[in-house]
Amino acid sequence: MSGEGLTVRDLRVTFDGFKAVDGVDLDIRPGDLRFLIGPNGAGKTTLVDAVTGLVKATGSVRFGDEELLGRPVHRIARLGIGRTFQTATVFEELTVLQNLDIAAGAGRGPLTMLRRRKSVPEAVTKALETTGLTDLRDRPAGVLAHGQKQWLEIGMLLVQDVKLLLLDEPVAGMSHDEREATGALLQRVSEDHTVVVIEHDMDFMRSFARSVTVLHAGQVLSEGTVAEVQADAKVQEVYLGRASEPEPIAASLPVPEEA
Amino acid sequence: MTTTTTTPAPVSPPPVSRPARFKVPGAFLLGAVLLLGVAPLALSDFRLNLLAKYLCYAIVAVGVSLAWGRGGLLVLGQGVFFGLGGYAMAMHLKLADAAATGQTLPDFMQLYGTGDTLPWWWQPFANPLFALAMTVLLPMAVAALLGFLVFRRRVKGAYFAILSQALAAALSIWLVGQQATTGGTNGLTDIQGFFGYDLNDPVNQRMVYFVIAAVLLLLMAAARQLFVSRYGELLIAVRDSEERVRFLGYDPANVKLVAYVVAAGMAGLAGALFVPAVGIISPALIGIVPSIGFVIGAAVGGRASLVGAVLGAIAVAWAQSTLSDAFPAAWTYLQGLLFVLAVGFLPGGLASLGAVLRRRRPRNRTTATGETA
Repeated sequence: MSGEGLTVRDLRVTFDGFKAVDGVDLDIRPGDLRFLIGPNGAGKTTLVDAVTGLVKATGSVRFGDEELLGRPVHRIARLGIGRTFQTATVFEELTVLQNLDIAAGAGRGPLTMLRRRKSVPEAVTKALETTGLTDLRDRPAGVLAHGQKQWLEIGMLLVQDVKLLLLDEPVAGMSHDEREATGALLQRVSEDHTVVVIEHDMDFMRSFARSVTVLHAGQVLSEGTVAEVQADAKVQEVYLGRASEPEPIAASLPVPEEA
Repeated sequence: MTTTTTTPAPVSPPPVSRPARFKVPGAFLLGAVLLLGVAPLALSDFRLNLLAKYLCYAIVAVGVSLAWGRGGLLVLGQGVFFGLGGYAMAMHLKLADAAATGQTLPDFMQLYGTGDTLPWWWQPFANPLFALAMTVLLPMAVAALLGFLVFRRRVKGAYFAILSQALAAALSIWLVGQQATTGGTNGLTDIQGFFGYDLNDPVNQRMVYFVIAAVLLLLMAAARQLFVSRYGELLIAVRDSEERVRFLGYDPANVKLVAYVVAAGMAGLAGALFVPAVGIISPALIGIVPSIGFVIGAAVGGRASLVGAVLGAIAVAWAQSTLSDAFPAAWTYLQGLLFVLAVGFLPGGLASLGAVLRRRRPRNRTTATGETA
């Protein structure tokens, strides 16, 4: 995994005096599968909004050598940073294939745009396979099940050729099986991408996270492997509410690298 | 749903469904035969001339279908572009008429004008090529400027509609105020010739009809290409979720700008062709009410469907000239009612009636939705 990591320094976002993100430092290395957790209002989504240019922020967000703050949304996207939203937003009237094709096409010239799609781009075929949506490719995205829409969104990020995926609660509202499938998908994706997942679901986090950052009240409370974070007394206090019993799942987690 | 037992091929075929490949050229051919063959034979000179006028509205509707139906831009000010195209054409024809009788000034300027020199901005329109180019380029330039300012600021929805409507009002008010140079309320009237052809000759009127019908067919083919192109898919994506498109690395403002500018060019061309067909262009033909009229036809017929929008525009224009003669006061209300009904209860217009009825009968649904792409 070559490429750029995400470096956040002293990031601050203020809404009418309320400090939603209050001096966050964050380092995400290429190839990481990082989970951002924290109670409601901890600033997780706002952090992602700031990185992707949706809200104004101060401080510094660097992706490789590029400073992101101050750039318009579509320029940040073209640097290879893609995101999803809490509610899946796919183009409901377009087919799965058309959705992916649009995601693949941000660099297309005018002549290509004015022509009909003659063949399926290789990246799209690959993303259909990765997300398991090949059989549904000619269905309108609006008829997909909730989980399938999330997978389509992840597929759209893959064909967009992003290097960094920022996923906002990708398994919210999913069934158990869909969660497992999504987790497996994220692990596959993280083999050649950097993935950041905002998540509320602790079981999901324990099963799939490679590293974890805990946010609380707009600040980084703790950071490390799942086991380290769970052992942190501050985290237990604010997030888990109480000292929790040792987690057998966490202990058996493969930990590829130190965070 | 068809169950295919063959293993999925690694190289996928193009996703164009087979029936569509023959249906569309077939429908196009049928339209061409009706417009260029049947109508001129079946209709009297008078009726054919009316149809020519309706087809001009249909040309505007092609652009409305692109910008509003596919792009979600409620273009309530197409009268501006129709007017710019119409005036550009009429200015040239008035100058040509004047030159034919040895005058330097158009008739109305001799009556109301302040001097005996042509205003500087009239002068280039004596050149037919310049005037022809301006009928399309001028509306497109104005649309590009307006669109650039508006879309970049992310003005959308009702605000965009009101803004474009205000522009239509502004232009027609300005024209009324400039009686000496634009003919004021009367507009540019009594146009005699069309590039050397006498418009009072029915044969030449028929020729104008053929030109209009051919332009309509060509623009429909061009719009159809835009609809099925990757740009057309992207335009729908922008309409349905602009923010998402931005996160894919596109600037939605540019995508909308293209649709808006193309629609403006079409409206301009329609206005230019309207002038020889009807013999007049005036502020009353391009203000707020006609601007709303331009979208009503598309709304009733089906704004997202090219054929629906075109047929809707022709039908509403026909109803207007028929009913407004019989009930001049009631027509405006009826027009408003049509618009509200279409947008509120049948957003896809009459073109979607079949699909809506099918959805009401859930029995047939599973068989019907199999192969629609």
